Amino acid sequence: MNSDLRELYQEVILDHSKAPRNFRFPEGANREAEGNNPLCGDNLTVKLILDGDTIVDIGFQGSGCAISQAAASTMTEMVKGMNVEDINKIFANYHDVVMGEGQIDEDLLGKLAVFAGVAEFPMRVKCATLAWHTMQHAIANDGEIVTTE
Amino acid sequence: MSDFDIEAIRAEFPALHQEVRGKKLVYLDSAATALKPKAVIEAVSQVYERDCGNIHRAVHLPSQRATQGYEGTRKQVQAFLGAEKSSEIIFTSGTTQSINMVAQCYGRPRLSAGDKVLITGLEHHSNIVPWQMVCEQTGAELVVAHIDDNGEVPLERIEQHLKAGGVRIVAFAHVSNALGSVLPAKEICALAKSHDAISVIDGAQAVPHMAPNVTDLGCDFYAFSGHKLYAPTGTGVLYGRFDVMNAMSPYQGGGDMIRSVTFEKTTYAELPNRLEAGTPNIAGVIGMGAALSYLQTLDWAAVQAHEEELFRYADEALREFKGLRRIGTAKHSMGVLSFFLDCAHPHDIGTIVDTEGVALRTGHHCAQPVMKAFGVPATARASLAFYNNRADIDALISSVRTVQEMFS
Ligand SMILES: Cc1ncc(COP(=O)(O)O)c(C=O)c1O
Repeated sequence: MNSDLRELYQEVILDHSKAPRNFRFPEGANREAEGNNPLCGDNLTVKLILDGDTIVDIGFQGSGCAISQAAASTMTEMVKGMNVEDINKIFANYHDVVMGEGQIDEDLLGKLAVFAGVAEFPMRVKCATLAWHTMQHAIANDGEIVTTE
Repeated sequence: MSDFDIEAIRAEFPALHQEVRGKKLVYLDSAATALKPKAVIEAVSQVYERDCGNIHRAVHLPSQRATQGYEGTRKQVQAFLGAEKSSEIIFTSGTTQSINMVAQCYGRPRLSAGDKVLITGLEHHSNIVPWQMVCEQTGAELVVAHIDDNGEVPLERIEQHLKAGGVRIVAFAHVSNALGSVLPAKEICALAKSHDAISVIDGAQAVPHMAPNVTDLGCDFYAFSGHKLYAPTGTGVLYGRFDVMNAMSPYQGGGDMIRSVTFEKTTYAELPNRLEAGTPNIAGVIGMGAALSYLQTLDWAAVQAHEEELFRYADEALREFKGLRRIGTAKHSMGVLSFFLDCAHPHDIGTIVDTEGVALRTGHHCAQPVMKAFGVPATARASLAFYNNRADIDALISSVRTVQEMFS
């Protein structure tokens, strides 16, 4: 098998896509947003509990490709208990990495570094970032439906 | 198939002979856009290298040659479609523009509250949205003859709507781009006619596989895209039966579509010029002429036999594939094979097979209502042209197997 492909579909990603974590809406969520990727029909809703500027709990539901499901799953695992400022730092680096525009900061990304393989597949960047954009809209609580187009 | 030399045909399509991601390209996305034969590429080059003049305007030789090429293509399209007059052929930028033109220039001035536009459940967005827009503008209602589980549109469903009354326009795909179903176009046109409705056929997926005869079909309008017919992008055709199209208002105002202009009053040119304002895609249209000339050199009976055989071969291979579901199983299908894997999302299938050189389309194919009817967000779609061979299908099956292995 092609090595770029192996990079893209690493065990972690396959695992999270087959058994997504936090695939539920937290009880008492006070923020939510919906995101769509019209190109491939990915669709997900993120709901979270924001206390001050800390995400106390977060979950998502929806359907989509392995990359978008795994991205949502790993994101929810990562950000639970974090404050918005730290989350933004992580997303900034994650975004650069999947776009192929920056180096991985291991300290920031941790497990999310497995998404670096996306950079070789420009058509899949939207899949890897949809959940993150959707979460940002939920935090901002602007009521917009996120679309990647 | 002695009169069908697949290798000789493949040699005419330069894009087939390349590697992508280190693998030989296996092009199974001709329904999105077809590859172009050398003859088309050369014809387009010749326009820019030699015959680079505007049409219908100057007396100099390059302009004359461009005009002859452009108008020559109109005659070729007329012959290809079996139209009575060449003035019934309008060049557009593609199927999308052709359909919008009918909706706005024929539909908009004639529709009002109480009227209906009938479409089917398998239409491409470009045969849905233009009608929705004109309905919104006029107060007419959009009604839909839905598909059955095989992806067919039973004639009775169309007849039911017509019998209910008020249908002024029936617009439908000749061949579905998402499912490959072939609709009984002649019967639908006859039904429409008997209920005083005009018929509009979206032929985008039909013309790459057959020469539809508009006179025999009895349709009022027939639309297709050049780029799916082995011709350049940005070209398309609207055929309109002369009486119907002649009564249509112009689409756009501008150069080439007038007889005389004063600040007080403008009189319009005759068909076809009236509906072709502005400088068109001259090189593209000339390229379309080259595509039609190229197609004429082929033995069509043999081409169709090859396509049918290949379609059956692919269909059987996909049906035998465990864990794979074929979507769109109309008795009469062509060109398009949609499928879905239990274990993997179509988007992942697309990426993975691409690394093996296999170009598939994955997504909703601009036919979201079709996806909804089958309860899937998207499908993977292999589409065939006469330059495909069994090795392409074998590569497809083997690459889909790779996907399955990864995800199970
Ligand atoms: C059935 C059908 N109708 C209409 C279209 C739109 O064609 P174009 O984008 O060339 O205008 C397509 C192309 O995908 C199609 O397959």
